[in-house]
Amino acid sequence: MNRNYLEELKKYDGRKMRLMEVCGSHTAAIAKTGIRDVISPKISLVSGPGCPVCVCPSAYIDKLIELAENGKTIVTFGDMLRVPGSRGSLYEAKGRGAEVIMVYSPLDLVNTAQKESEKEFVFAAVGFETTIPVYTLLLDEIRELEIKNIKILTALKCMPPVIDRLCESGADIDGFIAPGHVSVISGSRTFYGLAKKYGIPFAITGFGDEELTAGIWGLVKMVQNRERLAGKPELLVRNFYSSVVSEEGNTRAKEKINEYFEYKKASWRGIGIIEDSGLYLKERYLELDAGSMDLVEDKKINESCGCDRVLTGRMSPDECPLFGKICTPLSPQGACMVSSEGSCYQEYKG
Amino acid sequence: MRDMTVTMAHGAGGKATGELIKNVFLKNLDNDILLKMEDSALVPGSDRIAVTTDSFVVDPIEYDGGDIGRLSVCGTVNDLLVSGAVPRYLTCGFIIEEGMETELLNRIVSSMADTAKEAGVKIVAGDTKVVEGNGGLIINTSGVGFVPEGRNVSSKNIRTGDRLIISGSLGQHHTAILKKRMNIENDIPSDNAPLVEMVNALFEGGINVHAMRDVTRGGLATVLSEMAEASGVRIEIDEDKIPEDPGVSDFCNLLGLDRLYMGNEGKIAVFVPEACCKEALEIIRKSRYGENAAVIGAVDKPSEDGSGVYMKTAIGGIRRLGALVGEGLPRIC
Repeated sequence: MNRNYLEELKKYDGRKMRLMEVCGSHTAAIAKTGIRDVISPKISLVSGPGCPVCVCPSAYIDKLIELAENGKTIVTFGDMLRVPGSRGSLYEAKGRGAEVIMVYSPLDLVNTAQKESEKEFVFAAVGFETTIPVYTLLLDEIRELEIKNIKILTALKCMPPVIDRLCESGADIDGFIAPGHVSVISGSRTFYGLAKKYGIPFAITGFGDEELTAGIWGLVKMVQNRERLAGKPELLVRNFYSSVVSEEGNTRAKEKINEYFEYKKASWRGIGIIEDSGLYLKERYLELDAGSMDLVEDKKINESCGCDRVLTGRMSPDECPLFGKICTPLSPQGACMVSSEGSCYQEYKG
Repeated sequence: MRDMTVTMAHGAGGKATGELIKNVFLKNLDNDILLKMEDSALVPGSDRIAVTTDSFVVDPIEYDGGDIGRLSVCGTVNDLLVSGAVPRYLTCGFIIEEGMETELLNRIVSSMADTAKEAGVKIVAGDTKVVEGNGGLIINTSGVGFVPEGRNVSSKNIRTGDRLIISGSLGQHHTAILKKRMNIENDIPSDNAPLVEMVNALFEGGINVHAMRDVTRGGLATVLSEMAEASGVRIEIDEDKIPEDPGVSDFCNLLGLDRLYMGNEGKIAVFVPEACCKEALEIIRKSRYGENAAVIGAVDKPSEDGSGVYMKTAIGGIRRLGALVGEGLPRIC
């Protein structure tokens, strides 16, 4: 454990700064290490829209429930089950008789679909760049094995456009703890454009104690020197996770993504529609799609729900009027409390 | 009886049932009480009797380091032990799904017999039912133990100043089950074990055990949370002091799991007064299954936020640990 970085973060007494992370695993790692208690109060660590489940609009959940009610078997990761749509959650639909099964990996579905060929399966394909390549492997399998009873309903999104929107809308952020896992796929270069456009530093950071501390300290230094570094994107984006992140990322994964998907507008819960921020199946693969277009509507189930403000770092979970009272992991009012990567869930649990 | 599959006939109570009992259950579980084959087992009694029950539905039935049979004995024996009882007698009820191979059933029951022998308990009563299904198995065991004079072990007895010892590292059982379901290879067997020798040694060594729990479903965080609430105290633990199993840590990193919320089946959390902490630790470390035991925390009065469990993280932060919410599934991102 390199105590130097930690000591520096504790002692820091320079300008106040707000650093935002945009990765569910960072939300969890920050909560787990308790690092907020240790570092200088002048450094605020804020959680952004880094949880792919949390940013699904209510229309997406509603569509899954509609498909389930029409006899499809919904296949999902655990996190999706309790996210409330405008008519309840998949978990509640399951209680009413809908068929919803959970898998750890999308590829688990292939065997099941072959064995139960009379059923029609719809995979709730949610995720950021980290997870999207795995879906391409599923699609490869489906096509190679000529499986006719699996479709996907996509809620696939990319990080750079939402970071762009946050900066453009004047969010009070001094630097980004850049998502480590996303960067493995897309490469550190993916943040150069944003760094240059806004003169804002990015520190690509890992998830262990040392990696987190080093990345955050590196970001603090960059923020302190921000004016001097402005206009030089290569100096504003630093890679502190070089054991697995390269500048160009995973080219093979990126090729696979381009083979199947194209960019279109997408609806981000609590933020709104962002152009070219979502990935959808290309026209020639649309037979594998279960109706992912136009799922834009986003209704709050409780008017006082603060997810939109929490997701954009304008409010911390405990500032939400519903937090810990009506809204708990057992009765979540919004996605931030459901997903194990959601800021509210992490804060409640911790 | 040659190896075959279990059918509904084996559950009908007639000749086939008799054969199954004789050739699988009595063959493995033979003891003088069970062999009487009465409708109830008559056993000598005691002033204070501990009674417990548990049902086992684990899937897969066989896993690295154990099986549902071993588990069904360990779980119930350990529940008796941590109440201060000396475990004596178990019952076992089997709900067998038709299609199960008797060869597999025999392995399971043989494993139960071995574990019962290790734990010094007799299985004195049983029941068999067969239901429709796919070759699965559910086992219920109830257990009876006798509590000697002078022992007063309860989750409500934790006192300010007590020290907390855990008997080893965390997460092995959960890992062994999950890895099989997910087809991940590693060298981590379940830690399922009856902790009779360890607990006996503590009492025989004169240790004044205040409270004890075995660390099962929900993990250490959940168990300590419940104990803190029961006694109305603040339990402070040190992340650095919790013994580490590097294999489990890797597994957790891979899947986004937290060892504090993963189940064990062969570890106990023990609260003892500070004065006998060092001795208690030595006793546990010298016992079977306890070689990695460590003192991980202490008990204080409740803070302004009330009772609860607080952990000092490796980098010096404080994390409040609540009970497990939801199912503790691996994360996606």
